[in-house]
Amino acid sequence: MANQEVDRSKRRFLVAATSVAGGVAAAAVAVPFISSMLPSERAKAAGAPVEVDISKIEPGSILTVEWRGKPVWILNRSQSMLETLKSHNDNLSDPSLAVTSQQPDYCKNETRSIKPNVMVMVGICTHLGCSPSPKLQSGADMGADWPGGFFCPCHGSKFDLAGRVFKGSPAPTNLIVPPHEYVGDNMLVIGKDAKGVA
Amino acid sequence: MAASKQNKLINWIDERFPLSSNIKTHLTEYYAPKNFNFWYFFGSLALLVLVIQIVTGIFLTMNYKPEASLAFASVEYIMRDVSWGRIIRYMHSTGASMFFVVVYLHMFRGLMYGSYRAPRELLWLFGVGIFLVLMGEAFFGYLLPWGQMSYWGAQVIINLFTSIPFIGPDISLWIRGDYTVSDATLNRFFAFHVIALPLVLLGLVVAHLIALHEVGSNNPDGVEIKKKKDAKTGIPLDGIPFHPYYTVKDLVGVVVFLIVFSVIVFFAPEMGGYFLEANNFIPADPLKTPPHIAPVWYFTPYYSILRAVPPILNSQFPGVAAMGLSVIGFAFLPWLDKSPVKSIRYRGNLYKSWLAAFVVSFLILGYLGTEPSNVWGQFDTSTLIVGGADRATVVARIFSVVYFAFFILMPWFTKKDKTKRVPDRVTG
Repeated sequence: MANQEVDRSKRRFLVAATSVAGGVAAAAVAVPFISSMLPSERAKAAGAPVEVDISKIEPGSILTVEWRGKPVWILNRSQSMLETLKSHNDNLSDPSLAVTSQQPDYCKNETRSIKPNVMVMVGICTHLGCSPSPKLQSGADMGADWPGGFFCPCHGSKFDLAGRVFKGSPAPTNLIVPPHEYVGDNMLVIGKDAKGVA
Repeated sequence: MAASKQNKLINWIDERFPLSSNIKTHLTEYYAPKNFNFWYFFGSLALLVLVIQIVTGIFLTMNYKPEASLAFASVEYIMRDVSWGRIIRYMHSTGASMFFVVVYLHMFRGLMYGSYRAPRELLWLFGVGIFLVLMGEAFFGYLLPWGQMSYWGAQVIINLFTSIPFIGPDISLWIRGDYTVSDATLNRFFAFHVIALPLVLLGLVVAHLIALHEVGSNNPDGVEIKKKKDAKTGIPLDGIPFHPYYTVKDLVGVVVFLIVFSVIVFFAPEMGGYFLEANNFIPADPLKTPPHIAPVWYFTPYYSILRAVPPILNSQFPGVAAMGLSVIGFAFLPWLDKSPVKSIRYRGNLYKSWLAAFVVSFLILGYLGTEPSNVWGQFDTSTLIVGGADRATVVARIFSVVYFAFFILMPWFTKKDKTKRVPDRVTG
């Protein structure tokens, strides 16, 4: 070779170009692997709406159904339970339902429900996803001033009978009211409303 | 005759693979300080537990089924029908807890004798990496029996990621691979637990040992033995060959450890609910959280910190961030400690008090994490400031502050501390 000089700038350019091309290729190869961990088509299809007959739920009692692998509570509130909802607004974190993501617009009312007595909510604590235990009776083991509601055993969050979170709970927001609608007087569909399937 | 045949074989190997030179570098001519004490057992014991976990784990996978409808039953099958399966499973579950026992003692040794200080920062960081991977191993492994505690524990931990601003919900969906913890989650956790993390763990352990043998072991005096070498041989005056001296010493530790380990495996594998929780003998039920859920004991100090931090601005992220920091905090020690001395032997009362306060907070937070937050009842509503609050939560908050103060104030109290003069050579 006549010219033994190393062209450093050419070498630098080649190293940089190879690194960039290699880096882009590596990132592109990572895409299928990372995507493979997202919910599969089968998992996505499994989230279909659920129909529930609510005629058998006595006033004051609760039915748990499964929707998308989560517990959904259907609570038939008695007249006295509905009365308690008005009494403790001062103790709630969000009595005015300012965090609108927690319920559909048609449930943004005093009872957080379509029919005043029938409360539908996802029974998963908004803190870290445990399922709170129903403590529907006032007083009892929850202390004398307990108006009735739900208590999360994991971290002690407390909710009232409309799923509204009490102040001082680790849970930041009210329980979620899923999209739902009535297709008959006593026939409830969870996971579907006028806007379509959730 | 036999000896020369053996020499021939070794020569043959040495020409093709550095066998003799590696044995020398890492065993017979690796000089460790002569003043190792009780606290220096736990490194080699951690290696022993790693081997126990890998071997028992391989045999468990021969009968375990990573499928949501079969997993719980396959573990019971191992327990009841597989020959010796019960012992192998209990060795693995006891091994998990004992891993954390020896690793926590190993880390405490590092804190006491300043083993994280220069030039051992990388050695310490590899160790912190091992600790993190170990926590991952424990978490992924705990889902596999598919009991109630497995299920709801995973549910809570994965939901921690949901609180990360903006991208949180997508991250936890990606981790689960489904809208709830499900078969998809179990399957991938199995993959992480039996292959992905063990590979990373082994790599980190090798890096930890390479770094250790590069810089040499610290010792209870925190004196660098490499500074005083024999003029002729170049061997540290206070060093003794790792083999046979410390291999034999560690063997004693191994025997004592195996006695303790066997007693637990044979007589108390559940350890009163601390090693294996009662709720985990109930199959996972996605619709019903057990009345009291708590992580296994080795996670409870961090879990207590998570619970203690109240939501700020309608977000639980501060609590999650605090929990993450409480674990990551160890990584910063080499740069937080400004003391002129390494070992607790030559530190003053200020550092000793802070270390004691840290250990006490760690233990109290650990205890509180195993109990529900109302374990000590509530303060009377007429009490100032804390009226009506759970007593345990208030205590957990105080000790969380102490826990973090140990790290945050370390640059200050290590500088201010009245240290003693460090000797030139190690003491007996």
